[in-house]
Amino acid sequence: MTKTAAPRRDYSIKVGGEKGEAAVFFSGRLALENLEDLREEIRGLLGEMSPAGLSVDLAGVEYLDSAGAVALLEMEEEARARALPVTFINMTPEVRGILGLIDPEDLKIPPLISERDTSLLEQIGEVSLRLLADLIQMLTFLGELLLSLFYSLLHPRGVRWDEVFFYLKRAGVDGLPIVGLISVLLGLIIAFMSSLQLKQFGANIYVASLLGIAMVKELGPIMTAILVAGRSGSAYAAEIGTMMVNEEVDAMVTMGFDPVRFLAVPKVLATVIAVPLLTLYADLFGILGGLIVGVWSLDLTVFTYITETQRSLDLFDLISSLIKAAVFGVLIAGIGCQRGFQVRGGAQSVGAATTSAVVAAIFLIIVTDSAFALVLHYIQ
Amino acid sequence: MVVSDNTPVIKVEGLTARFGDDVIFENVSFQVHRGEILVILGGSGCGKSTLLKHMIGLYQPYAGRVLINGVDVNTEDEAELRRLRMDIGVLFQSGALFGSMTLAENVALPIQEYTRLTPATIELIVKMKLGLVQLAGYENHLPSEISGGMKKRAGLARAMALDPTVLFFDEPSAGLDPITSVEMDNLIKGINAGLGTTMVIVTHELESIFNIAHRVLILDKGARGIIAEGDPRDLKEHSPDPRVVNFFNRRPMAVKETRI
Repeated sequence: MTKTAAPRRDYSIKVGGEKGEAAVFFSGRLALENLEDLREEIRGLLGEMSPAGLSVDLAGVEYLDSAGAVALLEMEEEARARALPVTFINMTPEVRGILGLIDPEDLKIPPLISERDTSLLEQIGEVSLRLLADLIQMLTFLGELLLSLFYSLLHPRGVRWDEVFFYLKRAGVDGLPIVGLISVLLGLIIAFMSSLQLKQFGANIYVASLLGIAMVKELGPIMTAILVAGRSGSAYAAEIGTMMVNEEVDAMVTMGFDPVRFLAVPKVLATVIAVPLLTLYADLFGILGGLIVGVWSLDLTVFTYITETQRSLDLFDLISSLIKAAVFGVLIAGIGCQRGFQVRGGAQSVGAATTSAVVAAIFLIIVTDSAFALVLHYIQ
Repeated sequence: MVVSDNTPVIKVEGLTARFGDDVIFENVSFQVHRGEILVILGGSGCGKSTLLKHMIGLYQPYAGRVLINGVDVNTEDEAELRRLRMDIGVLFQSGALFGSMTLAENVALPIQEYTRLTPATIELIVKMKLGLVQLAGYENHLPSEISGGMKKRAGLARAMALDPTVLFFDEPSAGLDPITSVEMDNLIKGINAGLGTTMVIVTHELESIFNIAHRVLILDKGARGIIAEGDPRDLKEHSPDPRVVNFFNRRPMAVKETRI
């Protein structure tokens, strides 16, 4: 895309001279806004002329800025390349000052590092190496985190409980409305959709079992974990990332605090407590959604619905689902903090860390959930 | 060298700043002349930076106004405001470069925004501006890859991208080592001499004041305004005001005597 300069002619160039010597007279404004025209005109002018010498008269110049000066210096350069000696005459002190400020050599220095094109193979290699480094970093952090958690278990007085309660409120209590709302809606939708099918076989009563099992075993923990990852995992990454940018984490290290113990442990502890509790809450609200459909459109009584739900679930299901939720909690908080600690540089890096905290947490939640499904199937 | 003449470029008229009930300064008036380097001085909390932010139109004044080249910096007229923005450049304390852009892109941004020059011409101007602040060759570096002093110089190159008639500096040598600080002072003096740019500098570095200032203006927290104005050497030697003399001699005002 090329833009053309607005046609503003508030300068003029006149050509004169004698005895093979050419003289160019500049007058008016030689400035940024007419630089495009100016450069073109000078180039054309030099192309036409083949004098023995060239004098550039700047007496009429009313205004010259550094951009205009570049055009004059370029002209000098170009003329010199054609073995044409140039002299600037009738310069005012202002013009002389500006021309003196600019070093034409600066314009020729090539960029120190150039953006280079990488081939597909190189890109694949780079990405693989980055993934490997990421994995190593994640494992290192996981090790540090587990050690710190173990240490906190042995020294519970060393844990910053105020912080734990603060994040418990942030991740847990503040999340109640949205988790409740989404769970009720989810319960309503699933119960309604399954009732449409089951009605055909007169199997209305199984809506309760279907929804109970689905909510408690899978949807409750997963939906809650995804919501917490979006709400709190991202917040942890942004918070620690900003602290990295502001050198607060460095300050902590120099003061002898372990940033993982100081920053990550309270968040992880709070999330590990909050996610199972929220899951339980989500399960209840999901079942409530199903109950509404059951009572309203399937002619079930509240008592039958609840008894049927109870019959289809046992304590093992509930406890295994809460353990799963606790593991999700560790993943969410751990990834959030780890991505935060990875931040280098500025605002953009904080944004990238936040995004990656949520995406990685959701991915790991799904992977872990599959693993749980397999393992639970065999031990039950 | 362009000597400053007496044409006022900036007029500050009866400016009052307050945050809530907290009055920072009251009824401050002064002028800055073309080609002049005016240094605004004062201890911490006296309102230097607040004054600067009023002068560049970031804060709305409680009372009074600031005119730059005859235009109120808080004007509602979009076209006038645009012209005003082209006419002023600001170097923030940390350089305030956009972290996601290279130095060349940072400097090119205002030129792309305000002119219709071709990319090749813009590249040439960017090279020249970076050369002016002794950063030739650093076009493709990101702000995170250069030192604090270089960031300030790059910030200056961006502030000068459109050859503004007025440049504002917020603590240009804060956080720089003594040598880099002197280099910054020389750069400021060089640009002022070469381009004749009017400059307003907020600082508390005494060395650079004597090195660069044509005129200083001293703010005081207690007085909620200007307590002195003039040539820094004159003020240091002859000011009858003990607050001014103490400031230049680095003597704190009221300190209890300690017995060791």
